[in-house]
Amino acid sequence: MSNAVDIRSVVKRYATFTALHGVSLTIGDNEFFTLLGPSGCGKTTLLRMIAGFEDVTEGQILLFGQNIAGLEPNHRPVNTVFQHYALFPHMSVIDNVAFGLKMKGMEAATRRRRAAEVLERVHLSSFADRLPSQLSGGQQQRVALARALAPEPKVLLLDEPLSALDLKLRQAMRVELKQLQEDTGITFIFVTHDQEEALTMSDRIAVMSAGHVQQIGTARDIYEAPVNRFVADFIGETNLLEVEVARIEGGQAQVILPGGHRLACAAAGPSVGRQHLSIRPERLSLVPKGGNLEAVVERVVYLGTDLQILARLDGGTEMHVRLQNSTRTEVPAPGTKVGLQIEEGAARLLAD
Amino acid sequence: MAGGAPDAGGGTGSGSGYRGLIGPLLLPTWLMIGIFMVLPVCLMVAYSFLTKEFRGGVEWEFSLAAYDQFFVTRGLFGDEPPSIEWTYITIFWRSVWQAVIATLFCLIVGFPTAWFIATRPAAVRGVWLFLITIPYWVNLLIRTVSLKFLIRDNGPLNEALMSIGLIDGPLPLVNTNLAVQLGLFYSYLPFMVLPIYAAVERYNFAYSEAAADLYASRWVILREIVLPIVRPGIVAGCILVFIPAIGAFLAPDLLGGAKTFMIGSLIEEQFKGSLGNWPFGAAVSVILMTLVLLALLIYARQSARGGQR
Repeated sequence: MSNAVDIRSVVKRYATFTALHGVSLTIGDNEFFTLLGPSGCGKTTLLRMIAGFEDVTEGQILLFGQNIAGLEPNHRPVNTVFQHYALFPHMSVIDNVAFGLKMKGMEAATRRRRAAEVLERVHLSSFADRLPSQLSGGQQQRVALARALAPEPKVLLLDEPLSALDLKLRQAMRVELKQLQEDTGITFIFVTHDQEEALTMSDRIAVMSAGHVQQIGTARDIYEAPVNRFVADFIGETNLLEVEVARIEGGQAQVILPGGHRLACAAAGPSVGRQHLSIRPERLSLVPKGGNLEAVVERVVYLGTDLQILARLDGGTEMHVRLQNSTRTEVPAPGTKVGLQIEEGAARLLAD
Repeated sequence: MAGGAPDAGGGTGSGSGYRGLIGPLLLPTWLMIGIFMVLPVCLMVAYSFLTKEFRGGVEWEFSLAAYDQFFVTRGLFGDEPPSIEWTYITIFWRSVWQAVIATLFCLIVGFPTAWFIATRPAAVRGVWLFLITIPYWVNLLIRTVSLKFLIRDNGPLNEALMSIGLIDGPLPLVNTNLAVQLGLFYSYLPFMVLPIYAAVERYNFAYSEAAADLYASRWVILREIVLPIVRPGIVAGCILVFIPAIGAFLAPDLLGGAKTFMIGSLIEEQFKGSLGNWPFGAAVSVILMTLVLLALLIYARQSARGGQR
């Protein structure tokens, strides 16, 4: 498999701060790749560097093996869906979509036909002659998508394209985007701060924070096996427990939990001592007696599909437990003493 | 709203309470428009149809003499058959040209200037705008006279050019079209810069990025994206320069000569001293105003049609 984009130790420095500290990653052809992180983590900067709107301070960006350092944005075979769409306000929808084709020198009749086809694909055929200002946010978003797809780029860059839409529309667009990516076979590089968006659409995700890539992997990888506290905490919900690693043998660590119980789990490194243990709330269950941890139920929150139990350990640490809301679920009353059972293999030691 | 009287359609009910006040509240506006805009224009139109009084002023007797004087000639002694009088039409035409050229000059210099200011960091834009407007705190007459001193035969400009050996004798600048152009350009440049600046400042540079992303070169971005979007600012600037430029009389009077006599000066003369002719001055003003209004109307029609597309 050839690499669509190859980012090699890229550094971005501004006058007063460094946005990216030597980022390296490769994005395969036909991949749906997501850059995920909180605002200010450098994900948009990286995207803008691929598009050509920002210079690379150090390092290289290769597009299908070719260094694109000196290329102006208009000479790069990538197209962008902008966060606020940036649709040309003085052009009709179809002229917006045909703009890239016009710039590529396609003749009027052909490019109109092609633009109409792309509009058809995003279900906006009947809006071809409207101005962008006459469309709703969701429709504008799809025009932006059609405009970027029309010239058939090798790589499509998407800068938080769904952030301005309401929840229902956002969920529908996730499915549509993924479908579009599979149909067209174009490499998508998707920037978002919304982990749910990232988890549902991506083939692979790069979790970024403070100008560093923290972890790269599939949705399952980063959710089930976060490499550090930041990733564990940022992706989904987790319980972080401070524990004592007593000894390590053959990659297995003996962990002493608060309350004295012992637990065996995969070691995060060679060192022993105090470390953090991450346990997802849905991997904990309540047992009347025993279990790995002892706690007192403080509050039960009704979430519809789930129940969230807030329980406190002896040492004062708050633990979240998620129970599926079925007719058989027994809901403990606040104040009840319970045991928390950790699902086999679900606890992960984190190297900070 | 007060009293909460039950009336059908609460929306209209609450609105009518304010609507009663609109009349009196708008009174100052109507007075302002009436006294300072409608009345003077009516007076001007009325005066253009009156008979001239010899020591300046008018006699209240209807007459078409002013318009007749503008358009028709009957020879030096008034005994030849009537034919078209070209003198004033020529002056008119010259004024239109001068104003068009001045507007173009202002646009060519004003657009990059406005662009430059609008793309500076927000904190220093104010400083640049301030620098642009400073000269306009000085009276136009003084500025125009100063310009004349700068460009006259033994003025600083010619002295400087001669001292560095670029020219042998002084450039005859005063009393030329070029001098008038310079005067008009200098007088009205800010009227071009400010509206364009306002438009460029509102321009979202993401449009330029989007166009570049879609393979447009810089030149194409300017032509197809930037100019159409900031066009209202450019049009406003052109109107604001063209209208005062076509009626200007200070720059032509002070910097030009007999060959650059313009419509503004013609009007001005009609109201000066006992040689004046008030109805004729009013008539020339009415003709000028009609022309400008027509031009604006045609433009408005066309841009409305363009907007509907």
